[in-house]
Amino acid sequence: MIKHKGFSITTLLLLALIVFLFFLPQLAGKYVMYMTMHILILSVFSLGFNLLLGYTGLLSFGQAGFYACGAYGCAKLLLVIPSLLPGIICGILFAGVFALILGFLCIRHTRIYFAMLTLCFGMMIYSLAWKWRSMTGGDDGLIGIPRAPLEIPGILSIDMSSMGNYYYFVLVVCLLAIGLLYRIVNSPFGLTLQGIRDSESRIAFTGISVKNYRLIAFTIAGLYAGLAGALLPPLENTVTPPLAHWTHSAEPVMATLLGGIHTFSGPIVGAFLFYVIKDIIVRFTEYWLIWLGAIVLALVMGLPGGVVSIFEKRLIPWIRLRFGERSPR
Amino acid sequence: METLAFQGLIGLSLAMYLWLIAAGLTIVFGVLGILNFAHGSLFMLGAYFAFTFYGLLGINFWLSMLLSLLGAALVGLIMERFFLRYIYHLDVAYQLLLTFGFILIFDDAVKMIWGGVFMIPPMPDFFTGAILIFGRPFPIYNLFIISTGIGVAIGLWLILERTWWGRIIRASASDREMASAIGVNIPILFTTVFMFGAALAALGGALSTPVRVVAPGIGGAIIIQAFVVTVIGGLGNLKGAFVGAVIVGVLTAYGILLFPIFELFIIFVVMAAVLLLKPEGLFGG
Repeated sequence: MIKHKGFSITTLLLLALIVFLFFLPQLAGKYVMYMTMHILILSVFSLGFNLLLGYTGLLSFGQAGFYACGAYGCAKLLLVIPSLLPGIICGILFAGVFALILGFLCIRHTRIYFAMLTLCFGMMIYSLAWKWRSMTGGDDGLIGIPRAPLEIPGILSIDMSSMGNYYYFVLVVCLLAIGLLYRIVNSPFGLTLQGIRDSESRIAFTGISVKNYRLIAFTIAGLYAGLAGALLPPLENTVTPPLAHWTHSAEPVMATLLGGIHTFSGPIVGAFLFYVIKDIIVRFTEYWLIWLGAIVLALVMGLPGGVVSIFEKRLIPWIRLRFGERSPR
Repeated sequence: METLAFQGLIGLSLAMYLWLIAAGLTIVFGVLGILNFAHGSLFMLGAYFAFTFYGLLGINFWLSMLLSLLGAALVGLIMERFFLRYIYHLDVAYQLLLTFGFILIFDDAVKMIWGGVFMIPPMPDFFTGAILIFGRPFPIYNLFIISTGIGVAIGLWLILERTWWGRIIRASASDREMASAIGVNIPILFTTVFMFGAALAALGGALSTPVRVVAPGIGGAIIIQAFVVTVIGGLGNLKGAFVGAVIVGVLTAYGILLFPIFELFIIFVVMAAVLLLKPEGLFGG
């Protein structure tokens, strides 16, 4: 099998990006690290969301609920046991259990009813986080969550109090999660999901349980939202109810559509653009949302494929042409 | 017992705001097939317009109500004619995202023009005061709201059932292609229906100004309640929207009284139950 030059260029760029991310603490200040962590967290959040939207064809408007489950689950445990790994795992599992139970109900619908149902469950979680004061701290949220050390008894113990160390932890965890999801969407399971998206009845006729596949996809999306949420409390030292609010659910939707829903990397590019656009605009005006709104309008009206589609359709063929290789298609 | 009945009346006045906003939302969904996330922002714009005309410029109360409706209808015209029209063929995700973009724009635009602070406009003199119901003072303004809501309900029913325009709307809602084939000008119909829905939302917003605060972000809060109402009644079902609004309004009023901690939660439980057991809504056929 001959490898195309275009393919190897993308791989090369990807490797360069990962190496760059690993050397980032040496090159940049704390602010850039902090931003990068947020971009990574939103990437993971959006990738999980896009497993539902782009790969399975289900638009969830309640992912922030699972994000908040991850954040609160992690925060609650860290307040009792200050050790990083158990906290993160607790957050992920908590969100996963919720996603499994609520997913069982949500996957009975598709399209607009699915969107409404997920919105509804997300807001249910929000209302609990907001009002159940004894458990969640109410509208004050939970505060004073420690950035606990990474400890595995007898093997390693890494202090996380410096932002640089936590940056490496977030980076490694997110890269592993992204790699795992890449494997999942390119496995027979991932292809089946895309089949369900394109034609539900054809997949059903081959004897595959569409509902089970949707439920698994929903649970994975919930786990990823939970992971993203669980990485937050050690970084910010606090969690608050707005994490579960539907406007927060709109963030992965925006990031994903910004980058492009039908590509794996779309949500990552979108998450990057989301924070960069925000960072640039707030330098000039406090009214950055009006510009984000205008960008959203422009994108939906003019570029429904997302930003990544420009690269795939224009830039990569151009590079291939430039380097004298034939396009694979 | 009297406390409960009284609280029910308070719930009913709550319900009328919800009804006004849900009516426009559900008509637009029924005819255009678009679930307009920014419908709450039109409610907010109506409130700000009314506040400006009545509270700041001192224009006659009724005239400022009318001007607010026209203003919101104009915004609706721009939204439909230049944006929504081009995305009817796109996936529902893009429609939700586009209208979400409008929320961001309207929220910030309102902050730029009117500032980010809460504002409480004055109450017109002839609405101040209260009458005794069940031995308790009940604000006259709430009675006005309840009667307006019921009046709008009757008016809408008459328009839809008794007028030519209403028939066209019903025909297009049930079969867009066939309506187009027999000569209904669909693009113009869509624009007018959207403007009409916008004006209804603005009416709710404008009427809310003397009793609720006017602030950026009230649109995003009320749209979720409007979603709950329309889902309970059935998306696109006007009669359902009215009953849904009454259910949610009264439930909220009793919820605040009986279990303040889980009042919001229970409303979403009702919504989820309807979606799961009878997704076409309590009144869907």
